[in-house]
Amino acid sequence: MRAFTFDTPATVADAVAQAGDGSAYLAGGTTLVDLMKLDAMTPTRVLDINRLPMRGIRLEGARLSVGALERMSDVADHPMVRARYPVVAEALLRSASPQVRNMASIGGNLLQRTRCGYFRDPDTPCNKRAPGTGCPARDGHNRAHAILGTSNDCVATHPSDLAVALVALDASVLLRNRTGERIVRLDDIYRLPENTPHLENQLHPGELLTEVSIPALDWARRSTYVKVRDRQSYEFALTSAAVALDVRGGMIRNARVAAGGVGTKPWRLPAVERALTGRPMRLDTFESAVAHAADGARPLAHNRFKPALLRRTIVRALTGLED
Amino acid sequence: MAHVPEPDRSDLSRRDFLARSAAMSAATVAVGVWPAGPAAAAGPAPPANNLVDVTLRVNGRPHQLRLDPRTTLLDTLRERLHLTGTKKGCDRGQCGACTVHVDGRRVLACLTLAASLRDRAVTTIEGLAPGGDLHPMQQAFIDHDGFQCGFCTPGQIMSAVALLREGHAGSDDEIREFMSGNLCRCGAYPTIVDAVKAVGPRGGSN
Repeated sequence: MRAFTFDTPATVADAVAQAGDGSAYLAGGTTLVDLMKLDAMTPTRVLDINRLPMRGIRLEGARLSVGALERMSDVADHPMVRARYPVVAEALLRSASPQVRNMASIGGNLLQRTRCGYFRDPDTPCNKRAPGTGCPARDGHNRAHAILGTSNDCVATHPSDLAVALVALDASVLLRNRTGERIVRLDDIYRLPENTPHLENQLHPGELLTEVSIPALDWARRSTYVKVRDRQSYEFALTSAAVALDVRGGMIRNARVAAGGVGTKPWRLPAVERALTGRPMRLDTFESAVAHAADGARPLAHNRFKPALLRRTIVRALTGLED
Repeated sequence: MAHVPEPDRSDLSRRDFLARSAAMSAATVAVGVWPAGPAAAAGPAPPANNLVDVTLRVNGRPHQLRLDPRTTLLDTLRERLHLTGTKKGCDRGQCGACTVHVDGRRVLACLTLAASLRDRAVTTIEGLAPGGDLHPMQQAFIDHDGFQCGFCTPGQIMSAVALLREGHAGSDDEIREFMSGNLCRCGAYPTIVDAVKAVGPRGGSN
């Protein structure tokens, strides 16, 4: 691990004032410490933000506000999260391990780095870690890699399950910087890799994610998260689906669908949502709606199974919402 | 996949092996062609005497330590406090061998920087039961043969005690799911589940 100085800012204002070139915020450390050990991230200054008042899970009006330092396990166990947004609780409980969930903050979860093995290995080229060096994944070990939103420069997936659920729910994040704060839709935070895969999100340098805000959505009580992976537990998704349905009188009035494990960012599927809306709550509706779920996909040599697996994953998730 | 070193014939040879591995990987990094991530682009280099003062409470005792901020809780426990019951398996958060409790919650000591734990309470396998007694979970692992080589066992036991406290021992499947962060290369999983079940919901205290 490269040397860094360690500071513990006392306030959010102090934290964003101290942040600068070469600095990194430390919350749970499950991404940062791991990647520092691998020399895949090499900050010269670490700012421990764990004492900052970015905690609490509470209703603000009709929205649910979650402090960015809340741990994955605590969010998953929270009665309001479980009752109002089962898809969020399920996505969290299918992530990582109990120990990691006790450590990892939800802000860090949303901004975690990819699990691409080439990104994690500083002895190989990687356009995301070292811009301009190339992408060995395109013709290498790419079974777990993305098929949607990829570019010639990068095919790495975004690994967060939580982000898939929150994108489906149209969540926003609160960002604090030196001049104030701003609210941005989570879906708009993530950038496609294009020819700048080292730029993963729209945060400005030193900007701090302080809070996640989930809109009220009564019918999200009927929601779920299905994750398909090589092991039953403690593994990242090959494909996953976050779905919520508003069903009345056997008809789908509204739908939310997002996919994980397939995109370079959490992948909302508005075409599938439209194809479900106004249709009867039946298997043939689900099967026809997902026909175009992987449109535009560019599978790689070792993940040609992903488009079909994605369609089946979404159908299974939708089927799980039947009465 | 996590690489868990085999228990060696002697402690000396294992340490020697780890030291040589570390030296080899450091050499590889030094000759690496590829520059590090964008975070390395700028920022002043840390000063030579870059140390932090930390007070850690471990198993009820306070320890005043001056540490390189890179030092993990795992290395602090093993190398500074000589509490070697907490094991270093993968050192990457993938195997669970280093599981300890911080303020009563199970976490991975290998991904925790000691400097971030000022005034927090750490419990290791050595502090699970008072004096020379065994915690009921330790006894249950013995009674049910919940291990073969024993390397992952301290982490398994710390995780199992926390699992009971969290209320996740409702069924064999639930125990397996909530023990999934602790790998056992010998494959003692069935008897680990037996041990956890035998202690039951009252075994979460320490």
